[in-house]
Amino acid sequence: MSRTVTKQRKMITTAAAWTIGLIIFFPIYWTILTSFKTEAQAINDPPLFFAFDWTLENYALVQERSDYMKFLWNSVIIAGGSTILGILVAIPAAWSMAFVPSKRTKDVLLWMLSTKMLPAVGVLYPISLIFVQFDLLDTRGGLVVVLMLINLPIIVWMLYTYFKEIPGEILEAARMDGATLKEEILYVLTPMAIPGIASTILLNFILAWNEAFWTLNLTAANAAPLTAFIASYSSPEGLFFAKLSAASTMAITPILILGWFSQKQLVRGLTFGAVK
Amino acid sequence: MSLKSTLCAATALSLITATGAFAADPSATITIATVNNGDMIRMQGYTDKFTEDTGIAVEWVTLEENVLRQRVTTDITTKGGAFDIMTIGMYETPIWGSNGWLVPLDDLSEDYNVGDILPAMAGGLSHDGTLYAAPFYGESSMIMYRTDLMEAAGLEMPDAPTWDFIAEAAAAMTDRDADINGICLRGKAGWGEGGAFITAMSNSFGARWFDMDWNAQFDTEPWANTLTFYKNMMDASGPTGYATNGFNENLSLFNQGKCGMWIDATVAASFVTGDDSTVADSVGFALAPDTGLGKRSNWLWAWALAIPAGTQQEAEAKQFIEWATSTGYIDLVAENEGWANVPPGARTSLYENPNYQAVPFAQMTLDSILSADPNDSTVEPSPYVGIQFAAIPEFAGIATEVSQEFSAAYAGQQTIEEALEKAQAITNDAMEAAGYR
Repeated sequence: MSRTVTKQRKMITTAAAWTIGLIIFFPIYWTILTSFKTEAQAINDPPLFFAFDWTLENYALVQERSDYMKFLWNSVIIAGGSTILGILVAIPAAWSMAFVPSKRTKDVLLWMLSTKMLPAVGVLYPISLIFVQFDLLDTRGGLVVVLMLINLPIIVWMLYTYFKEIPGEILEAARMDGATLKEEILYVLTPMAIPGIASTILLNFILAWNEAFWTLNLTAANAAPLTAFIASYSSPEGLFFAKLSAASTMAITPILILGWFSQKQLVRGLTFGAVK
Repeated sequence: MSLKSTLCAATALSLITATGAFAADPSATITIATVNNGDMIRMQGYTDKFTEDTGIAVEWVTLEENVLRQRVTTDITTKGGAFDIMTIGMYETPIWGSNGWLVPLDDLSEDYNVGDILPAMAGGLSHDGTLYAAPFYGESSMIMYRTDLMEAAGLEMPDAPTWDFIAEAAAAMTDRDADINGICLRGKAGWGEGGAFITAMSNSFGARWFDMDWNAQFDTEPWANTLTFYKNMMDASGPTGYATNGFNENLSLFNQGKCGMWIDATVAASFVTGDDSTVADSVGFALAPDTGLGKRSNWLWAWALAIPAGTQQEAEAKQFIEWATSTGYIDLVAENEGWANVPPGARTSLYENPNYQAVPFAQMTLDSILSADPNDSTVEPSPYVGIQFAAIPEFAGIATEVSQEFSAAYAGQQTIEEALEKAQAITNDAMEAAGYR
């Protein structure tokens, strides 16, 4: 039975959605706007919304002081590498949990998720010591592994949820046709779960891109990604708001563009299986 | 096939690229961790000159102060070796020096002239008489005030005022209709923010963190007097929401002409008289206030360059430190950017230089630095070194919690008595757990 949606109700819902959307977007908007102000304009009270002399000076200064492309490249490698590695580990794991569950599968899933509740700083020293021992400090390889492990519970959970929506009979049919386990996962399961896998990749890429604790604590000059680039413009003693905003805008632009172009895929993947 | 190939290729590519490092000659490259502030950024701009002269390349890792502190602490305690030079302050240097984590700077060249470093700075950056970090710039705290507002209030700022005068002047300068607050002070939680200010202020009221047996002293009258005075004055003459204001918020208010007085780091003097300030032409300076008990409420701090023990490039690191903290570097900055922009508070000779003496805040900065003694900061005897901190490893954690309680009291979420009771319990518990009591 379908529910009648009145025009008035639709308008209220739309207005509410836009209001919430604008509230969420406001900090990003303000950051972008501040990046085009001088430091004096950035702290002006009352705040300046449009009536100020727009300047690109902050972008020029940030470019001059920092090697943006080096930070960007590190971000791409670390976020991309950890996501791909995570997917490669998580697909077989999620397959086994979805299609050949044991009595303890749910416990394992919950245990995996519980590791996300551990404060990162609690394991800072053990992880740092391991990095020192294996000479991984300030390497992109080390960060790829750490971020993959950190995001793995989410990747496995998401893929598990998508795989559960796929009828097991299809996989059984493939097996009856002589498909090996590898072929079953690669050529039957994976293509059917592409929307879910794509949204998992996107979400984890964004999570890895924004990760700021490990990327700041395990890097120095070589492997530092854009989070370190932003941190280098923050200061409790001195006015750097406009330059910090320019650096933040430069750091979030690539991920905003990615999110913009993939929003349909992302929403479809995230709501996959939500309505039955 | 295509999916498999794509995944394999992408993974291989990412791992191969990920494990590779950017090309650099390690034998001639040093990595320096530093804070993001004007003087440090300026130094980065002159690094090419150092490389040109010595052939040593420099990689900079610039981080926000608190992030940097966590990063370098982790690195030095795990012997990570990520940095050849670390920018640290007066709090870390004696502790790390005593632990053997820093290379002693006891063999710097004669040309460098170690004896020229201001004694207060050298003392705060040493342990058992050995220098472990060379000051790049030093600071104390002082009063920055609006000369025009003070004149309009019919008052004259003494060179060394008392807290009573400051409260009176703040009330007289306050004009809520014109959005002018008589006084702006730090209230923000954090041991380096509001915690540093109130600790330095408490010294002038006769308070101290610990007695000689490491018992917390927040249940004593001087602490109650300090917090009561601060809150009454700020409620009457401070800006709205002062409990969350730190250095930057107050700098912003002062530069927009919304503060009659601001007591904070001497390094702010160049900001309030700089291009971004709307009141640059009417700023005066005075020593931080006292209450007549023999101690003023100014602090002492230095950002200094130190070499972690175990670095593979000790000689190159020392070469850089000698260059960056030398009088030659000061001359280089003065020549290119003027005397007002040289790193202050580190060398005696700077304050003997007639060119620098002409800078309006130079003498008051020196007087403030000279009036601060980290080895004798409290009216009653105390077992610790430090003015706005106690140089023990546990202090940062304890003081952060204590300052959170104080900020809650400033914001009216609890009474001063409640805040002091909690501070007493927090501190005694932590000191007991650490084995001091």
